[in-house]
Amino acid sequence: MPEPRGAEPTLVIRGGTVIDATGERRVDVAVVDGVVQATGEGLAVPPGATVLDAGGCVVAPGLVDLHVHLREPGHEEAETIETGTRAAALGGFTAVVAMPNTNPPLDSADAVRNVLDLAHAATAQVAVAGAITVGREGNHLAPMAELAALGVHLFTDDGAGVQSAGLMRRALEYARGLGVTLAQHCEDGTLACDGAMHEGAWSSRLGIPGMPALAEEVMVARDIALSRATGARIHFLHLSTAASIDLVRQAKAAGLAVTAEAAPHHFSLTDACAVDYDPVFKVNPPLRPQSDVDAVKAGLADGTIDAIATDHAPHAPEFKDLPFDLAPPGMLGLQTALALAITELGLPLSQVLALMSWQPAAIAGLDPESGGGQGGPIAPGSPANLCVIDPTATWTVDPMALASRSRNTPYAGRTLTGRVRHTVFRGEPVVVDGEATR
Amino acid sequence: MTTFPHHLLSIDDLGSDGIGEVLRVTDSFVEVGHRANPKVPALRGRTVATLFFEDSTRTRVSFETAAKRLSADVLSFAAGSSSVKKGESLRDTVETIEAMGIDAIIIRHPSSGAPARVARWVTSSSVINAGDGWHEHPTQALLDLYTVRQALGGGDEGVHRFKSLQVIIVGDIRHSRVARSQISAYAALGAEVTLVAPPTLLPPSLDGWPVVAVSHDIDKELPSADVVSLLRLQSERGSGEFVPSLREYTAGFGLTARRAAMLKPETLILHPGPMVRGVEIASEVADLPAAHITGQVSNGVAVRMALLFLMLGQGQAESSADA
Repeated sequence: MPEPRGAEPTLVIRGGTVIDATGERRVDVAVVDGVVQATGEGLAVPPGATVLDAGGCVVAPGLVDLHVHLREPGHEEAETIETGTRAAALGGFTAVVAMPNTNPPLDSADAVRNVLDLAHAATAQVAVAGAITVGREGNHLAPMAELAALGVHLFTDDGAGVQSAGLMRRALEYARGLGVTLAQHCEDGTLACDGAMHEGAWSSRLGIPGMPALAEEVMVARDIALSRATGARIHFLHLSTAASIDLVRQAKAAGLAVTAEAAPHHFSLTDACAVDYDPVFKVNPPLRPQSDVDAVKAGLADGTIDAIATDHAPHAPEFKDLPFDLAPPGMLGLQTALALAITELGLPLSQVLALMSWQPAAIAGLDPESGGGQGGPIAPGSPANLCVIDPTATWTVDPMALASRSRNTPYAGRTLTGRVRHTVFRGEPVVVDGEATR
Repeated sequence: MTTFPHHLLSIDDLGSDGIGEVLRVTDSFVEVGHRANPKVPALRGRTVATLFFEDSTRTRVSFETAAKRLSADVLSFAAGSSSVKKGESLRDTVETIEAMGIDAIIIRHPSSGAPARVARWVTSSSVINAGDGWHEHPTQALLDLYTVRQALGGGDEGVHRFKSLQVIIVGDIRHSRVARSQISAYAALGAEVTLVAPPTLLPPSLDGWPVVAVSHDIDKELPSADVVSLLRLQSERGSGEFVPSLREYTAGFGLTARRAAMLKPETLILHPGPMVRGVEIASEVADLPAAHITGQVSNGVAVRMALLFLMLGQGQAESSADA
């Protein structure tokens, strides 16, 4: 970690309240050369330095999203690393974990290196999740050690669960040897079949093939058993049902090395949204009934769920202009996640920030303890990855105003509380007054 | 006269008044069908398009015949022969067809809710659901009601007699768009609907469904039934995933001659077709006078004429069905 410089700061964030894992204080933050130089009350602003006004705002470590689909390479019509990280910066994120279901998938060193190269000039750090199996096909282990050597810390076949319990066991054992974490998209294919929404009252009425909550729950239960047997860490992606969350609660109480995330749409929308057959509400895992939404909120509140992750999944408009069952699942999330958490959860902001910054940073291996520069306390010498949040500002979601290449937000027209005013990535103000600077 | 809905996506769009009106107007068109020249000028100058993404000769021909007998022009698009095969999206197809100056799009699609999507995309055309996925097939249910009403004596008294009528719907309700429309339609007129099926062929949830009972024992339900409505069991459902075999289904739920003998003499047997003799209905039962299967087909044109007339012909003084 670089020592604070003697040089004058080039950026001062003035008038805000800092909240990080160590607590809350009314201080300004001075930045130079990508690093926090000083924190303190009424810091002097040298001539020529940029001032970011944080009056009435909270200054926090940059948010970290464990789960985004940047679509590049392979589906650049839906999103690119440039547009996806711009959306991330506007949402307050300074790091995102890119899922491996690109084309080609991120199951080889070349594919991972390519994404890291493409992300070189991005406005947020792009960490790559590698595939667990070759081609995400669930048959052969991907070269996990080779990928780990490139800095890959999370491995997942996201979009699909590893169906074979035997292969998942081997993957966990191998991952434990490498010190990396497997992240599971829990969905048992024999129960999910070709379900396009949550199986229940709404799917029955609408005549849409349903995907039962069980499809998620049996794999969560299986993987907890596998984690217990192997001693390997496992992270559960986008948990969406009450029973899944209960299983994780019990596993944590038993001291197992399990972590979990939940997506904003699973605490803010229900399966009733499918009533007009609009595939903008199609997502996987599917939107669930209110009882599951309540369970997700409770899991976030009591610490069973460690992180809010967006599962940002852009799709070009023509793919959502389809009948419900034919459209691909997925919705935008980067620019609405923080505001949804503030608006919907009723938690103190410090707890929302734990769920969106330092806890996910640790799961992704991007925190200072793992040698990364994300989610750490705001103190002299720490990398200047910061976001400035106006927690009381209200705004209305306009799909056309989002930075993503795609428009598939389910929140069009919804008024939310909490807005990102500025984002600083490696000392550079990449968002100022709610506008991307590049 | 009630305001008739602009689109017909589900039976709920009509409500009991709308259903009653369709049945009443159908009477006139049944009469028209008996004339030497069964054609009226009600929809002269109007154009309807049939847009079928699934094979269904019966329903398509029934709608097209209905439109032609009302003097409408008919454009017929089948998914197999149009640019849909070349990868054109449903939305583009619909917008292209509407640009030709269409008053109504009659759509059948394997995806539940496809007509609802189309209704969002069109600017002025009416959209009529001719069957979508497992969701609804409203005109089939209207046709069933008309057939039952006819058997009950016709006229408004016939509609009144739906109250407390004991209707049992037997078979693959889970995957049936016909069942979803029938249940809403019978319930709207006050009938008491009981579903009869093995649990695997019932929807995962019946929350909010207007049914009075669910039964897994057809023998218990038959003696008190006024209407027995049978659903087709698609052979792939009997291949072991939903029921062990077609043979086992027939043994448990088929309307065999033995079971038909348990019915009251006046009980009606309906089947929306296509019927698989020997599976859900025994051949000799299908040919009984109580089985109103052929009647259903011939009433289909008149019911669809009534619907098209009510949806497209309103406000045109010369286009009365009684003309």
